Amino acid sequence: MTTAEGRASFATRARREGSTLICSGDWTVRHLQLVEEDLNGVRWPPGPIRLDMGGVQRMDTGGAWVLQRLLVLLESSGHEVELHALAPRFAGLLQLVARTQVTAGAVPRPQRQAMLEQLGHRAIDGLSQGIGLIAFVGEIGAAWVRQLMHPGRIRWAQIASNLGEAGHSALGIVGLLSFLLGIVIAYQGGVQLRQYGASLFVADLVGLSMVRELAPLITAIIVAGRTGSAYTAQIGTMQVTEEVDALRSMGIPPMDLLVLPKLFALIVALPLLTVFADIMGVLGGMLMSSVQLEIAFSTYIDRLGVAISVDSFLVGVGKAPVFAAIIATIGCFQGFQVVGSAESVGRRTTMSVVQSILAVIVVDAAFSVAFSRLGI
Amino acid sequence: MYGASNDSAPTVVEVSDLTMRFGRKLVHEHLDLSVRQGEILAIVGGSGSGKTTLLREMALLQPPTSGRVSILGNEISGLKEQQTLRVRRRIGVLFQNGALFGGLNVLQNVGAPLREHTRLSDALIDEIACVKLSLVGLTAADGLLYPNQLSGGMRKRAALARAIALDPELLFLDEPTSGLDPLSADAFDELILDLKASLDPTVVLVSHDIDTLWRVADRVVLLGEGRLLAEGSMQALARSTDPAVVRFFQGPRGRAAQASV
Repeated sequence: MTTAEGRASFATRARREGSTLICSGDWTVRHLQLVEEDLNGVRWPPGPIRLDMGGVQRMDTGGAWVLQRLLVLLESSGHEVELHALAPRFAGLLQLVARTQVTAGAVPRPQRQAMLEQLGHRAIDGLSQGIGLIAFVGEIGAAWVRQLMHPGRIRWAQIASNLGEAGHSALGIVGLLSFLLGIVIAYQGGVQLRQYGASLFVADLVGLSMVRELAPLITAIIVAGRTGSAYTAQIGTMQVTEEVDALRSMGIPPMDLLVLPKLFALIVALPLLTVFADIMGVLGGMLMSSVQLEIAFSTYIDRLGVAISVDSFLVGVGKAPVFAAIIATIGCFQGFQVVGSAESVGRRTTMSVVQSILAVIVVDAAFSVAFSRLGI
Repeated sequence: MYGASNDSAPTVVEVSDLTMRFGRKLVHEHLDLSVRQGEILAIVGGSGSGKTTLLREMALLQPPTSGRVSILGNEISGLKEQQTLRVRRRIGVLFQNGALFGGLNVLQNVGAPLREHTRLSDALIDEIACVKLSLVGLTAADGLLYPNQLSGGMRKRAALARAIALDPELLFLDEPTSGLDPLSADAFDELILDLKASLDPTVVLVSHDIDTLWRVADRVVLLGEGRLLAEGSMQALARSTDPAVVRFFQGPRGRAAQASV
């Protein structure tokens, strides 16, 4: 008693002097790391130990737990422990913590899977995702046929609002990006072509590359990031809040209300956006050609007419509905894969965007190969 | 029960002349209320009477349109960010639906405030989180479950464990027993009283569970029509002849709850 009061220290400490541990200060979670450090460094002499708690000003359940843990540790290693000058209100806390019967070191740990097991789980997950996606495509097909047989059930209002959201509101960003892309191609290509005195062919370069490849691709990528992610997030959140189940319980198939209108709308919107991107890209190239290569607008447009065949145009625009179907299907599928939490919505949205962009580029490559085989 | 909160105890929350509007919708106007240290104050009222809004204003989650709120001796409107943080560390909030973090398991949820605000070792944080889980009647093994694997009652308990992680002096409970079956609700009432007895926080709770009010509350305030309609112990309110109070407490459910006490 005298030791603790004599020194009247306010610092949060647990200091050993002989066989006495002198404790002081605030044993609350805010300062407890000091006690933890002190206790880690203490070597306990054999024989009885006295814990002098007289200097402890404050204590919360965290502090009480540290004390309880210390008592159990000392007693289990054969020491006789005397608890000295513990204030009654702290003694109450100590009893409370002791009653919980938590034991130090017995905190449950999640079971770690072995590497091979993880690999197996991943493979099975991947496979079941793939099968799920195929089944989903089948369900969409079935729902589509059902709607075609009962055209009255087609949700025109939903389609219209989705069309506005996915198409009309994307005009700005799609137009800007393809205009800039046209400028970049004309600039980079023009520098090379001028060396050969073939400046005029910049119109071929910009026109063909935009119309055949770049406009459909850039538009699909923007739409995957902008609309595909929104589809996943919307359906995923509805899944978390049980709105999807609510639809089912009302006898409204979620496919009819949530998936088909989005799919229809995107299949219509993406080709239109692609045409818009074609025009903006060619305009960008025209501006750059006139500024850098001094090609008059009329000359450029004349040249475009020769360079771009109807085939090329149709090849570009024809890919767009396929891309649209891919983006909408993956977006909706990932939305339905959400389980439980907000975190899951985020993860699925990321997956949706990554997978749609990947799939669009792979399919585009397949188209290129197929068209060159067919000689188009 | 009313005697438990003694009039001379210091005031923990002081609300004066508080007005809250959302756009043109008036929630409450010129509200005065004080919470004394160590009491369990219940805020009751019909749906849409602004109970939860009042709770959120007191818990520093929603700035009022006008009026003064002072918590643990700090006038809220004058606080700097650092000071606000210090006040927040001293209060705990149990949200109506638990608001557990879906990406963390229960143990990590309970340990989150400790991890954020202290420099304790991970092992000690986990142990303290286990102690809190045990205090709210969950086992350490439950700590490994994720929120979407919990039943409603367990979710409330886990959320309460997180709310008391830092041993708050002031505990706000939003509808602690809503969505629980009668047995779980009874058990939760007991739990609140237990925690009150062991950790002695001041408790402000919002509820329209009349059983909870009879069992737990030292003092009850009734909100309605944008103002404070009545205030007193449950016994006093049950005897009241004020028509608004009678309407709220003397319905069939109110009488059944009173009879069972």
